[in-house]
Amino acid sequence: MADQTTVLNQCFLDCRCMILEIAAALDRVDRAKNAGKEDMRLTQLHQAIRVLIDPSVKEDRSGRILTMFSDPID
Amino acid sequence: MYYIQPHYHGIARTTDDYERMAQAGVVAVAEPAFWAGFDRHYPGTFIDYFRQISEFEPTRAAQYGIRHYCWVAMNPKEAEDVTLSREVIAQMPQFFDRPTVMGVGEIGFNRNTRNEQTIFREQLELAIKHHQLVLIHTPHLKDKLKGTKMTLDLLRELRADPARVWIDHVEEHTIRAVLDAGFWAGMTLYPQTKMSPRRAAFLLEPYGTDRQLVNSSTDWGPSSPFTLQECAMEYRRRGHSEQELLDVFHNNPARFMGQNSKFTIRPLRLVEQ
Repeated sequence: MADQTTVLNQCFLDCRCMILEIAAALDRVDRAKNAGKEDMRLTQLHQAIRVLIDPSVKEDRSGRILTMFSDPID
Repeated sequence: MYYIQPHYHGIARTTDDYERMAQAGVVAVAEPAFWAGFDRHYPGTFIDYFRQISEFEPTRAAQYGIRHYCWVAMNPKEAEDVTLSREVIAQMPQFFDRPTVMGVGEIGFNRNTRNEQTIFREQLELAIKHHQLVLIHTPHLKDKLKGTKMTLDLLRELRADPARVWIDHVEEHTIRAVLDAGFWAGMTLYPQTKMSPRRAAFLLEPYGTDRQLVNSSTDWGPSSPFTLQECAMEYRRRGHSEQELLDVFHNNPARFMGQNSKFTIRPLRLVEQ
């Protein structure tokens, strides 16, 4: 199994790029007309971003975030 | 390196794809019956479509040395029209004996509606009755989690043989339930949106690669058949051997579809000279 340094060497620049894409998209949302209007999708995006940096979430960020974006089962 | 592209919508693509796939090591494709992008009105349209993918499309692929197999089904999107669906389903068995037809697929849920469930159930029953392999489409985006659960519940109820059922389009929040229930799990790769080659390479690692299939979304929308090779490259980059790559990208499709005796491509084992 690769060590942390190797994994980060491989993925850091791509992650940085993807984070910047999200940052730019959220900047556009802030600059848009009616910015600040309640929208469930924005709430979901913010919740997902919190999962990304939550130190108690280990190894299943993708699954957690996908579940957050899913319709309830029941 | 050899690949089998197990979920490929050839009728939506030009022969440029076949040419480049052949150059990239693809030896076979399998084409499920799907939604063509618009809702069809007539049963005959579907029957001609099944003829196209079982008779004509293999000749296009053969020009590039690629073997083409297919599946027949009423797809989940158009399953909402129950009357039309039943007329199509009534004619499906005539295709089960065709030389390149693998089974019933792709069936399943699109928006998890009652009508979709009715037609999904009827097609599963048909497949079981005729001993056909089954390929299942799970919904995209927010409908996937619930749709996958409804799919597993239905398969359990009908006592489908897990070894003969492939549940496709799994993601991180659905793969475990599919594999734990004994079914084959397929990951469908997209150039943007939905599952990416890198995430798929990562998902091949924690659960073991038995019963995992990887395929590219290749249809009439933004898609590329080479996300399969991208995933393989990522998997190789993570230190997996050529045999491990062959096992995932060639042998697993061969094992699953080889349960139908018409699929004659066998798993490969590398031997050092």
